[in-house]
Amino acid sequence: MECRYSAIQTLGTLDGPGVRFVLFLQGCPLRCGYCHNPETRDANGGKTATVKDIMQRVLRCRNYFGKDGGITVSGGEPLMQAKFVTELFKECKRQGINTCLDTSGCIMNDDVTELLKVTDLCMLDIKMTNDEDYRKHIGCSFDAPLKFLNKLAEMNVETWIRQVTVCGVNDDDTNIKRLNDIANRHDNVTFAELLPFRKLCKSKYDDMGIEFPFDCYPETGQEVIERLKPSVDKFIL
Amino acid sequence: MENTTNLSVRFKEYWDGFKPGEWQEGINTRDFIMTNFTPYSGGPEFLCGPTERTNALNAKLGKLFKKERENGGVLDINTEVVSSLCNYPAAYLDKENELIVGYQTDAPLRRGVNPFGGIRMARGACEAYGYKLSKSVEEHFEYRTTHNDGVFRVYTDEMKLARHIGIITGLPDAYGRGRIIGDYRRVALYGIDYLIEQKQLDKKKVGENIMDVDTIRLSEELFQQINFLKKMKEMAAMYGYDISMPARNTREAIQWTYFAYLASIKEQNGAAMSLGRTSTFFDIYVNRDMERGILTEEQAQELIDDFVMKLRSARHLRTPEYNELFGGDPMWITESVGGVNNSGVPLVTKGSYRMLNTLYNLGSSPEPNLTILWSERLPEPFKKFCAKLSIDTDSIQYENDDLMRMEYGDDYAIACCVSAMKVGKQMQFFGARFNLPKLLLLAINGGYDNVTGMKIGPQMEPLQGDKLDYYEVRGRLDVYREWLCKLYVNTMNVIHYMHDKYAYEKTQMALHDTDVDRMMAFGIAGLSVMADSLSAIKYADVKPIRDENGYIIDFDTKGDFPKFGNDDNRVDKIAQNIIQRVSTELRKNPTYRNARHTLSALTITSNVVYGKKTGSTPDGRKKGEPFAPGANPMHNRETNGAIASLNSVSKLQYDYCRDGISNTFSIVPDALGKTEEQRTANLVTVLDGYFSNYAHHLNVNVLNKETLIEAYENPEAYPNLTIRVSGYAVNFHKLTKEQQREVISRTFHTVM
Repeated sequence: MECRYSAIQTLGTLDGPGVRFVLFLQGCPLRCGYCHNPETRDANGGKTATVKDIMQRVLRCRNYFGKDGGITVSGGEPLMQAKFVTELFKECKRQGINTCLDTSGCIMNDDVTELLKVTDLCMLDIKMTNDEDYRKHIGCSFDAPLKFLNKLAEMNVETWIRQVTVCGVNDDDTNIKRLNDIANRHDNVTFAELLPFRKLCKSKYDDMGIEFPFDCYPETGQEVIERLKPSVDKFIL
Repeated sequence: MENTTNLSVRFKEYWDGFKPGEWQEGINTRDFIMTNFTPYSGGPEFLCGPTERTNALNAKLGKLFKKERENGGVLDINTEVVSSLCNYPAAYLDKENELIVGYQTDAPLRRGVNPFGGIRMARGACEAYGYKLSKSVEEHFEYRTTHNDGVFRVYTDEMKLARHIGIITGLPDAYGRGRIIGDYRRVALYGIDYLIEQKQLDKKKVGENIMDVDTIRLSEELFQQINFLKKMKEMAAMYGYDISMPARNTREAIQWTYFAYLASIKEQNGAAMSLGRTSTFFDIYVNRDMERGILTEEQAQELIDDFVMKLRSARHLRTPEYNELFGGDPMWITESVGGVNNSGVPLVTKGSYRMLNTLYNLGSSPEPNLTILWSERLPEPFKKFCAKLSIDTDSIQYENDDLMRMEYGDDYAIACCVSAMKVGKQMQFFGARFNLPKLLLLAINGGYDNVTGMKIGPQMEPLQGDKLDYYEVRGRLDVYREWLCKLYVNTMNVIHYMHDKYAYEKTQMALHDTDVDRMMAFGIAGLSVMADSLSAIKYADVKPIRDENGYIIDFDTKGDFPKFGNDDNRVDKIAQNIIQRVSTELRKNPTYRNARHTLSALTITSNVVYGKKTGSTPDGRKKGEPFAPGANPMHNRETNGAIASLNSVSKLQYDYCRDGISNTFSIVPDALGKTEEQRTANLVTVLDGYFSNYAHHLNVNVLNKETLIEAYENPEAYPNLTIRVSGYAVNFHKLTKEQQREVISRTFHTVM
């Protein structure tokens, strides 16, 4: 079985606990206004690799995982290649490697259910907290990630909720309150975190000759995150 | 050899409180440490900050550093006196407040002249800073053969040519070879008189042999060793200390050890003058004094801080050409910290922490070159402390104790950057390095150097055809490698014969066993350029571009090829193979004094100047561009993140590269984790992973490229910015602008 992927980061420390091997899969159905990896959208782009190819490389990094690390599959949207990721995670589980899925939660089907059975940790983006913003800035309904989260809860998959904070879009109290409601509703959500909006990706848009929709918003400073942090109930480090 | 009772009775009042052992039967510092050290598996909570006295003294020293900087890098030179143990009066920074005393010359930071390696170098160095070597020194050396004179009397035309075109460079033929570590601790443990007696006994025994060349040389060396041990005693007396007998307390143990080191750097201006492995040794004295109630933790730290201030003040006088090879005015006062003993017990003590804590108490600094001997068995809190220190200061390096212990036991230390040796039992003949990519270009061009236009080595036609053939190139390389290795070993034999003859390290060798084990350390530069070039020839299309005479001067490389630093066996095996073949070839050639051949992949800062002397290479590197340092993958060719890069380097086999495999690793703080705690834990995990793969060495920098760019543009704003470059650390501002640009161009592992 083959996947399409855009890149491999052998030393990932920001996408899940510990030191992680991060596989960025190719293809995403969403069009988030602040998307950091627009080059991963095209489902037909990128390079191909088999489960065996990836596993070989993961095992080469195994000595670096320590007690907390493992593999993270990110994207793109990894749920678009759920069957592949399931096979990969099964192999990882067989080898005793911790598995983490970094997703928007926008797809739900039987393949995804199978994938969640072999997922140790899910990092779920709750990008906005209302349907209008979701349709305007993201390109799907707010219903999709909520349904996905319900599924995670039902299957008792440990989940971290993440949200990119964009000043003027979702840095208000109402949003934080709604985010808390979502996070607190489920016991499997052990952590919720805000990430600052950055524009380092701007050059990628320029290279691709497409518009960067959120170019009009300022970068979010770390001080904004620090200010909002105390009001996010599960933002505990 | 004296019997136990005699020695333990003789030194009873000095050794009281120590556990008895073999160390009382003859010189055996290692046994003293193993019998008496107190392992510590806790964290840094017990450490003390600097005292007022320390701060005041450090501020005073800081002012001198500033003055030195403003003076163009050299504060002052004593041009009248030749540097040696007793040639200067005692000097102080602040006599009343110094706990540990002793400077190299008659004033702190004032540099002495040391023409024994070569008078021209000494003269040139004085002139480079606006001084003139005194008439008396000039006259004295008019009738004296220096090491440099001796070497050039014997050098063949081919040796001179190889040096001239830069295929072999940086050879210690005009300066002290260094990379010898005296067991300075012996002076503290046994006192000078006993060391002299032992050497006298050895000399007597040597005299019973047949008087052949080897015996005569050794006997004369022992004469010199004894002579200089006596001078060391005299030197200490100038500071009011009698070091005939062992040290009685911590302060004396540090002072005696420092006197031994000081005597060595007064006598020798070797490139690397490393300290050894002292922190756990000192800790034994600290514990004894604490048990006696005569020393507090604060006082113990004060003594170490003071000692380190002295080490930070050590200086040698160098020429600008020398600084190109060894940028940043380094002394390589390498102090090895940590490691595990042969029974598996970590040698980490509170003393290890105190030594590292000087970076916090006195501020970050390239010297001493603090080197962590990493083992998976080091206590977790210690690992974390080291990682945090790396993140905070970029001043320390790591080497694999689990790998080196197999070969060097548990009382070895690092000389220079990555050269392990048993303290007081082994020494090496330092031999710089040869230029691998240039060897490739010579082979392709049949013995024609396309930079200078000169011919050297076996002469044949340049390779023909529109595309370089991998197997044909390899065949050529076999021929030229064989030729170069023979030339290299021969050249080294000449150098070290002459160094022994005209600039013998009597002080340091007096602190070695008489029957010393010798290694001859060869080196290579440009490993990743060479590996990537061969990979390009094998996996892509490399079209040679020729000049009007048919010599290949550039390449047109089409298509992709695997590059070292991506954990790709196709090219990593090529790199492995390069090292194996060089190592094997070197070993075919006999060495001076039957030294064992070793090899290193280490460049110091010479990767810049080597690159300058080398034409374009098939990997796409253009003529004159720097190589990557040491065993590093070429800048910015790593596309799979840091671990893939580390994995490539860890494939290089230490068995074929026993003098060390240097890797310098820079990562931006954000890429290591979100919080300080995460960053520390992740760095520990990375180090554990890297070394469990049998990797040898890692320099760690955790910083943003932007900081370096700012420091490049506004050096005044960053006087203390320290960065690891290649087996050592430097004050960034002390590098040449060219070296700074190269450091900035290196890979900084970032967030993807």
